[in-house]
Amino acid sequence: MRRIWGGDATRAADSPAEETERSRAEVEEVLQGRSRRAAAISLVREAALIPVLVLLVIVGALVNPAFLTASNFSGIGQQVSALGVTVVGESLILLIGGMDLSLEGTYGLAPTVAAWLMVPALEYGSGAMLNPYLAILVLFAVGAFIGLINGLLIVKGRLNGFIVTLGMTIVLAGLQQGIVKGNTLFNLPSAFNYLGAKEYGQVPVSLIVTVIIFVGTGLFLRYHRAGRAIYAVGGNREAARAAGIKVDRIRIGVYVVGSVLAAVGGLMEAGRVSAVTGSQGYQEGIIFAVFAAAVIGGVSLRGGRGNMVGAASGVVLLGLVQNILDLSNVSNYWIEAVDGGVILLALLLARVIGGEATAE
Amino acid sequence: MSHGGAPAASTAGQKPAVEAAGIFKQFGSTQALRDVDLTLQPGRCLGLVGRNGAGKSTLVSILSGIYPADAGQVWFEGQPAPPLGALHAWRSRIATVFQHSMVVPDLTVAENVFLGHQPGPGGLVDWRRMREQAQQIMADWGFRLDVGRPCSSLTVEQRQIVEIVRALAAGTRCLLLDEPTAALERAAIQRLFARVRQLVSSGVAVLYISHHLEEVFEICQDAAVIRDGEIVLTAPIRGLTKEDLIAAMVGRTRAGAAAAGSAAAADGTGGAAAGSAAAADGTGRTAAGDAADRDAAAAGHASEPFAAAADTGPQAAPCLVLEHVSATAPEGSVRDISLEVRPGERVGVTGLLSAGVSTLARVVAGVAPYEAGTVLVDGKPLTSGRRDLAMQAGVGYIPEDRQAEGFVALLGVAENGTMSIVDWLARRLGWLRPRARSAAMAPLARTLSIVSAGLNQPVGELSGGNQQKVTVARSIARKPRLIVAIAPTRGVDVASKALLLAELAAVTEHSGAGLLLASDELSDLDICERVVVLVRGERFTEFGAPPFDREALIAATEGLAAGGSPQQRQTDSDGQGPPA
Repeated sequence: MRRIWGGDATRAADSPAEETERSRAEVEEVLQGRSRRAAAISLVREAALIPVLVLLVIVGALVNPAFLTASNFSGIGQQVSALGVTVVGESLILLIGGMDLSLEGTYGLAPTVAAWLMVPALEYGSGAMLNPYLAILVLFAVGAFIGLINGLLIVKGRLNGFIVTLGMTIVLAGLQQGIVKGNTLFNLPSAFNYLGAKEYGQVPVSLIVTVIIFVGTGLFLRYHRAGRAIYAVGGNREAARAAGIKVDRIRIGVYVVGSVLAAVGGLMEAGRVSAVTGSQGYQEGIIFAVFAAAVIGGVSLRGGRGNMVGAASGVVLLGLVQNILDLSNVSNYWIEAVDGGVILLALLLARVIGGEATAE
Repeated sequence: MSHGGAPAASTAGQKPAVEAAGIFKQFGSTQALRDVDLTLQPGRCLGLVGRNGAGKSTLVSILSGIYPADAGQVWFEGQPAPPLGALHAWRSRIATVFQHSMVVPDLTVAENVFLGHQPGPGGLVDWRRMREQAQQIMADWGFRLDVGRPCSSLTVEQRQIVEIVRALAAGTRCLLLDEPTAALERAAIQRLFARVRQLVSSGVAVLYISHHLEEVFEICQDAAVIRDGEIVLTAPIRGLTKEDLIAAMVGRTRAGAAAAGSAAAADGTGGAAAGSAAAADGTGRTAAGDAADRDAAAAGHASEPFAAAADTGPQAAPCLVLEHVSATAPEGSVRDISLEVRPGERVGVTGLLSAGVSTLARVVAGVAPYEAGTVLVDGKPLTSGRRDLAMQAGVGYIPEDRQAEGFVALLGVAENGTMSIVDWLARRLGWLRPRARSAAMAPLARTLSIVSAGLNQPVGELSGGNQQKVTVARSIARKPRLIVAIAPTRGVDVASKALLLAELAAVTEHSGAGLLLASDELSDLDICERVVVLVRGERFTEFGAPPFDREALIAATEGLAAGGSPQQRQTDSDGQGPPA
């Protein structure tokens, strides 16, 4: 034993206290080295999708020369922003070990309600002619309210999250249909469209905001006590409770935040197309893309595992696939089948590359 | 004992049931097993003992075909082991009864017995044949259990029978029992031993893994000791003493033997007196356990993370008062319990599994609700069933089932250990630096000698004993006024057990926290100053100062009236009164 630290015989005379002191310092050194290596490994795992993304860019460039242009990338950025913000919301809910299918309903209904309150009665609105800034507040409130109902039913009512949010999806889509009655709400105020439509140079505002939300959420998850509590609750709810974490409050809170983020995603989408239709959200079936992006990015459906770097790469991957399909000569009638097939392939690929991180 | 179709007893000179030679296994940078040879003979029971993390579980996993070995070979009755994926082939060779029940609760006994290979033509299930065959095997081996019952209605003991019968149904003549007594009551343990003896005498080979050395001496013919991934001793049990086994487990010769004595005592094997002495006073602690120098140093440092002792002693106001508390719970209700714990005082609660011991502790920890009575922590009433409020009131909690409540497996050592003090570590608006967590965890990890590959290693990757230490760290990090511990040494090896108990005792001494220790393991109670015995949810009797008479304690838990023992006294009707 002693020879390891130096070997001379005088060491034998050292006091035991000194001895343990030294071995402790040594142990700590080893530990620090180890943890640095562990961090490096986890970074590699997080970045596992980057080669796939690079490959997709190469494929895109080969498929169509218009792919590698600033305006195309700006378009992709704008397109994936709405999806991305919703994916952040779903990822948070998946991390606490829950699931929310109704985010697509919120994504459609929240901007519908807001638009309906702003648009004149002649153009199928309510005629209330609400101030656009107040309408955005209403949009937030609708999102928060839906999330609160989901959270209360699931956490306090002890109902299964799958069936609660599936039912909620139908309710929300029905309300959306009831409000627009088959019409399209357009002529939205520019303040309302700002988030989804405005660009600075070639950079869409929605992309900037989405990046901020991803980075902010990532930092929050890593460095905020509530963020850490989300991992604890998702990893082992009873252990989190035993450690004094307010488990119910965290879970309900995450459902609320997730729904608000879905409402923001809906706002971006409405701004991008400067209109709200009855089909935004549920009828477009965006929830599959939302789950796919999160899972491709390594967020576990069992909770407690996943991060924003992964979720973001999942979103970018889906955006690239969609864009390449648009630019290629795939017939419009077949594009959805190809899109779905590619996503399934990507799930398999992510499973292989990411190893256990994306399992389940 | 009906023998029916059970196989004939073994004959001498048979091929070994299992022979493992030169097994190596590495996980990351850890060499879990090094050149392990192990032989199981039909008709003999081999006891495998070793400290937590010594490699027992890895060896079991390799023998049962869950992991491949890096090198080495396993033979069953002289034939090479089946390939790793061929699970059914393995099961017909060797079957493992794990610590955690592997029965499917919603299926019947018969279905569980034939899980995955139900009898019937072409993939259809012939229900009648399945029930009959299951019944037949039960009868052959002398088990009595209705095969039509759903397993969810069975006791832990009965589920174990189902697992054993499942193994026998697959044709296995070799059983690995991995700590089978961990969740059993004393009477059930005796019945299990009778069953194991019967199996062994019918020619079954048994590998018996336990932290309780006395069990190994009771039912095994041979013993093997594993230390740091190597088998360091294999011998017939007849020529061995407990001291020999412990010395081999901890791996020191002279110093080890001395320490072994106290460790064995603290394990409850040798008389309560020595054990409590070792745990309760400082000198005992310094001598406690192998890891002689490091553990002793750790015990010396125990004082560091804790505030100076608060006002303690019999005059101090109690930190916990229970008055006529009643609570209903599926794992045992309690009725009209009154109890006090003073600062620095260690009070044990014990009883049979269904006596409500853990329920009482869970009520105090704020995990389970109570229906009647008052619970006062430091004089303030405790909100029923609110763990977060209980924690803020100063109640630290070491839960019974550490897998379920003790830690978040995916998160690191530091994060789990400091989970109860995030509000202290957080800066403005709740932001938290990972470094602050590590800094807060480092002294705790040192004090409890938690062995990990860094404070960020996920706790799920640690050995059982270290996982338990992380749970203990989490409970004491907040400098609690009262620590509630339920069976804190379950699944922890002999030497770590002594250390863990000594740590708990030291924490209460240095910080002036009270300790409410609920355990059915009598050796745990040796660190307590008095012990309350519950019978069927009611306070039955109380034992005064240690050392506690083991026999009298056992009699009391069974509800037998006190008698003879000088330490024991029946409490008066109000059931309070300070210790004598």
